[in-house]
Amino acid sequence: MTTDTLNPRSWLYPTPRGLYCEPGDFYVDPAVAVGRAVITHGHGDHARPGHRAALATPETLAIMRTRFQDMPDTVQQPLKYGESVRIGDVDVGFAPAGHILGSAQAVLAFKGQRIVVSGDYKRRPDATCPPFEPVPCDVFITEATFALPVFHHPSDAGEIGKLLRSVATFPERTHLVGVYALGKCQRVIKLLRAAGWDKRIWLHGGLLSLCKLYQDHGVDLGDVAPVSDAILETFKGAIVLCPPSAIADRWSRRFADPIAAVCSGWMGVRARARQRGAELPLIISDHADWPELTQTLKDVGAPRVWVTHGREEALVHYARGIGIDAEALHLAGREDEES
Amino acid sequence: MQAFARLLDALSFQPARNAKLRLIETYLKETPDPDRGWALAALTGGLDFPAAKPALLRGFGQERIGEELFAMSYDYVGDLAETLALVWETDPAAGPPPTLGEVVETLQRATRTQTPAILKRWLDALDSTGRWALLKLLTGALRVGVSARLAKQAAANIGSQPVDAVEEVWHGLEAPYRPLFDWLLNDAPQPRSNAGGAFMPAMLANPIDRAELDTLDPAHFRAEWKWDGIRVQVAASGGVKRLYSRAGEDVSNAFPDIIEAIDFEGVFDGELLVRRETAVAPFNDLQQRLNRKTVTPKMLREHPAHVRLYDVLWLAGEDLRGLSFDERRARLEAWIAEKERPRFDLSPLVSFTDWTHLAQQREEMRADGIEGLMLKRGDSTYLAGRPKGPWFKWKRDPMLADCVLMYAQRGHGKRSSFYSDYTFGCWRDGAEGKRELAPVGKAYFGFTDEELRWLDKWVRDHTTNRFGPVREVEQKLVLEVAFDGIARSTRHKSGVAMRFPRISRIRTDKPAAEADTVDNLLRLLP
Repeated sequence: MTTDTLNPRSWLYPTPRGLYCEPGDFYVDPAVAVGRAVITHGHGDHARPGHRAALATPETLAIMRTRFQDMPDTVQQPLKYGESVRIGDVDVGFAPAGHILGSAQAVLAFKGQRIVVSGDYKRRPDATCPPFEPVPCDVFITEATFALPVFHHPSDAGEIGKLLRSVATFPERTHLVGVYALGKCQRVIKLLRAAGWDKRIWLHGGLLSLCKLYQDHGVDLGDVAPVSDAILETFKGAIVLCPPSAIADRWSRRFADPIAAVCSGWMGVRARARQRGAELPLIISDHADWPELTQTLKDVGAPRVWVTHGREEALVHYARGIGIDAEALHLAGREDEES
Repeated sequence: MQAFARLLDALSFQPARNAKLRLIETYLKETPDPDRGWALAALTGGLDFPAAKPALLRGFGQERIGEELFAMSYDYVGDLAETLALVWETDPAAGPPPTLGEVVETLQRATRTQTPAILKRWLDALDSTGRWALLKLLTGALRVGVSARLAKQAAANIGSQPVDAVEEVWHGLEAPYRPLFDWLLNDAPQPRSNAGGAFMPAMLANPIDRAELDTLDPAHFRAEWKWDGIRVQVAASGGVKRLYSRAGEDVSNAFPDIIEAIDFEGVFDGELLVRRETAVAPFNDLQQRLNRKTVTPKMLREHPAHVRLYDVLWLAGEDLRGLSFDERRARLEAWIAEKERPRFDLSPLVSFTDWTHLAQQREEMRADGIEGLMLKRGDSTYLAGRPKGPWFKWKRDPMLADCVLMYAQRGHGKRSSFYSDYTFGCWRDGAEGKRELAPVGKAYFGFTDEELRWLDKWVRDHTTNRFGPVREVEQKLVLEVAFDGIARSTRHKSGVAMRFPRISRIRTDKPAAEADTVDNLLRLLP
């Protein structure tokens, strides 16, 4: 698998427009519109509009069409998990990343050397997407959003239990749950269903189209309805999902003395949760926590690791400590804040 | 312990008083004895065990994940107990987590050398919220925004009792308060009050101003000076002698001179002062005596404490709270006349013919140690809390000074993104005859939310220097500062310290050069 003479940085390297693969003449998750892009998943800091050609999983392309008005000017090339295609001199394949619906690790092979660009990933079960698959490789590029030993995301069930306990304690109030529209929203709905909450879950208008897309892909969300459809509804004891920004918006004034719950991996640190104004912080993240990140480095077994977006320093320190040749890789256009 | 940890966690994020109450009530109802009692003790500040030192926690963390990673983690989180709680991993083989009762009872018995091993076992068994709560308990700072009073209110609510009924029996009880819960939840009789030196909930007054006074009939009211000390209750019966703050906090330990001087049985309402010869010392002197675990003989000699009595609530086995103020006053005067007690004296009544006459006396009384006047209806019974109507406080008008903003610091909690703590100064002659500003005080309230937003922006736009959370600003914004008094201070560069300073106005109309001088302030010294 390894060719000792080939420097991986010679064929895959960061540029101001994003991570560039020279022998394939394409970018992975570029920060701006480019000629040819390989997209790992549909979040805004990875999938951007305007590329002439985009290669992604069918689900990710569907998400991009929903977000970018059908993308008529982009040549869309779907590639399923496990399949592979040749671009220039590079073989490109996708393996599940377990992050959100359609999320993939890009597996790039050139002259017998394999680099995995994992995009964003997590290791714990998620009812809305297949689990992360470790792919043996020469270079593993990992995210580092929660790469500090303080991040141990607790069990999802326990966090949902916290929400349901609060609903039971304050039955006359509305629980407003701030969730990112793509991925977190649908996962939280599935977790609520798994915890036995079979009542209607109300949705902010900004969450509707992606929920519909998930349903079209066979993810059963149960009884969900837009807040705007409510007639004679007091929302007392109700669970309402909305984008985090809507909690402080005038939109939220229609609800009965709402309690602001926020779902995010950042909620594990009290000062961060307070900054976000969360009254009920729920630590539910679509990113790997510290044990998942460190376990993944061991599972993948790559001798070289490039660490990107987040707290690179700690993960590089850890990886070097277990004999991995690790370094930070600074990529343009990555946002640290969503999770 | 896990349930208690979940409670603390929820409380720490919940800003609303009623929601906090609901959370505590739910916990107290659902949690069996003795855990709920220990929880109530923790929330009311009634637990005491040897505190864990920060070095111990840091050592634990470094041992687990190494010095570098622990340093990065602590740097990111900013709180040592929280950092350790987060980096420590639960050991599934550690067995069930301890109950709160187990934690408290074990720690009270454990020696300092045993504590680390016990602590490690618990950290293994608890989840991260549980570890956080345990470490907060151990470092002695819960900081979840719950006062002792609020916790007692929640306890009272679960038994549909007024909070003062709980206050009344509180000091006869000990954690974990089983008789209290038996009474509140299981129809057992109310625990006996005043079994010995129990606190009787204090009666408080509402503020009033000159204009409002004209709606009241002066003949119905008695006036007395409002002494500038600390409102206290002296309670002695059945051999138990105690001194309480007006909120029912037992402060006996800090004032052994008062406790020793109690040679009577009774419950009295009064003002705690430092008194030398016949003169009341400035509030500053009293402050030296507060919040001390041990009091040195020198402190006792140089800052002798004294109680000036306002009222009597219980005497010779009789509860007097149902009597009128005039009747209680007669009993109090008779009692004082019985025997000379150097540590106790009577707060005199101020006689007046009408409100104008009283206002005149209030104006003329510039003596230190007086904050203003108290007005009490002659027919008022002694009621717990702050009833509307029978008692009023008519404070002296604050002093004012125009000061120049020098530094601003970010606040805490809700204000953590605002520069809300302001250090301001007045002019004086510096080296080489050049005028310079000397800091004279610091204030973090008095302004409206809108003014805070304005001040925050002003600070950000006029920053000249940064020191961590503190910004130095251009010396051009004048703030009118109100304060209740002024005293000489060796700790302040300017040599003066303000009492209770607050921002009363933002003077954008006034040039900084025209702000007050330190000399102006010195002239206000009593």
